[in-house]
Amino acid sequence: MTIELKEKPPLGRVIVITSGKGGVGKTTSAAAISAGLAKQGFRTVVIDFDVGLRNLDMTMGCERRVVFDFINVIQGDARLKQAMIRDKRLDNLFILPTSQTRDKNALTKEGVEKVLDDLKQEFDYIVCDSPAGIEHGAQMAMFFADEAVVVTNPEVSSVRDSDRVLGLLSSQTKRAETADAEPVKAQVLLTRHDPARVRSGEMMTVEDVLEILAVPLLGVIPESPAILRASNIGTPVVLDEPSVARRAYEDAVRRLTGTEVEMRIEGEHRPKLFQRLFGRAS
Amino acid sequence: MSLFSFARKARRPRSAQTAKDRLQILLAHERSGGGVEKTDYLPLLQRDIVAAIRKYVAITENDVEIRMERGDQMSSLEINIEMPRGAPR
Ligand SMILES: Nc1ncnc2c1ncn2[C@@H]1O[C@H](COP(=O)(O)OP(=O)(O)OP(=O)(O)O)[C@@H](O)[C@H]1O
Ligand SMILES: [Mg+2]
Repeated sequence: MTIELKEKPPLGRVIVITSGKGGVGKTTSAAAISAGLAKQGFRTVVIDFDVGLRNLDMTMGCERRVVFDFINVIQGDARLKQAMIRDKRLDNLFILPTSQTRDKNALTKEGVEKVLDDLKQEFDYIVCDSPAGIEHGAQMAMFFADEAVVVTNPEVSSVRDSDRVLGLLSSQTKRAETADAEPVKAQVLLTRHDPARVRSGEMMTVEDVLEILAVPLLGVIPESPAILRASNIGTPVVLDEPSVARRAYEDAVRRLTGTEVEMRIEGEHRPKLFQRLFGRAS
Repeated sequence: MSLFSFARKARRPRSAQTAKDRLQILLAHERSGGGVEKTDYLPLLQRDIVAAIRKYVAITENDVEIRMERGDQMSSLEINIEMPRGAPR
């Protein structure tokens, strides 16, 4: 074993990316936020809690390099260090993939806690990509969190599910169960926001959503073709070419690390001709 | 070739082809395991390697590192074994 000299002790902050509702952009956000944190120089690891439906590896572009996974580590079949995959673009970013073959019950509270405790010794940020729903997998992803990013789309069922998840964060987590602990710091990340549709009155405004959920806003991510492109090529959007979505995630990450950044609410700029020829479908 | 089809082709985002290629490679590996991933044998392989080497040199599980990179033609398995200082050669 080598002993590495470190300038600063690791922050060891656990952030869960959660939502209740499926398909709202949790994995996209977990990839973007973890890469954004690493880009700022923080030692970061992102963990896939979606057991049985491994997807973070594809979003991060390391799917061909998965050997061991989170469940192997929990069950003692592999060491943590072996299961973590180092990102090819940023050497302070690691991915802990999940199992494609087991089921969620393989996530035990003790096992998850042990892995997180070990990671806290090495990393500044531990980003947990939660599965959809509010069942065991989602509960395990949020239980040990210090902070939560509640990914929400400006749409009724997503907002309702976010409200439900905010309730769980304040009651079913280690921080909630510990007598004088600070509660989990929860913030809303509004994604797939479309300013044109807000202007035409088809979509709830940012203020509408915040009024209902009553928690601070981490950022507003536009509906953007840059997200599909990034997932196609397996690159977190903040490491891909410039786009409004990329900048929105970068701003959100800076807020997450305590910098005050003015809230920009922008749509992705698209060439007019392209828009007219192919319509809104993409 | 009409000008339109040329324009369409030029505009087709290359990222879509990348997505398809990545999926084809990944799914070929996942399917060949008949639903169970082939890599499930790796923890066992690692145990066997450690046991074999231990017959000669005192190493621990921690001294063996297995890395894999899957390709469309073939995959490579990289096994690094850290030998303790002063181990017999
Ligand atoms: N801002 C956005 N603009 C356009 N598409 C987006 C945006 N955010 C996410 N998407 C797309 O939405 C789909 C679902 O995203 P993602 O997989 O991140 O959601 P999820 O919440 O992790 O889903 P699940 O609940 O299944 O885990 C993906 O196809 C993704 O590319
Ligand atoms: Mg997901």
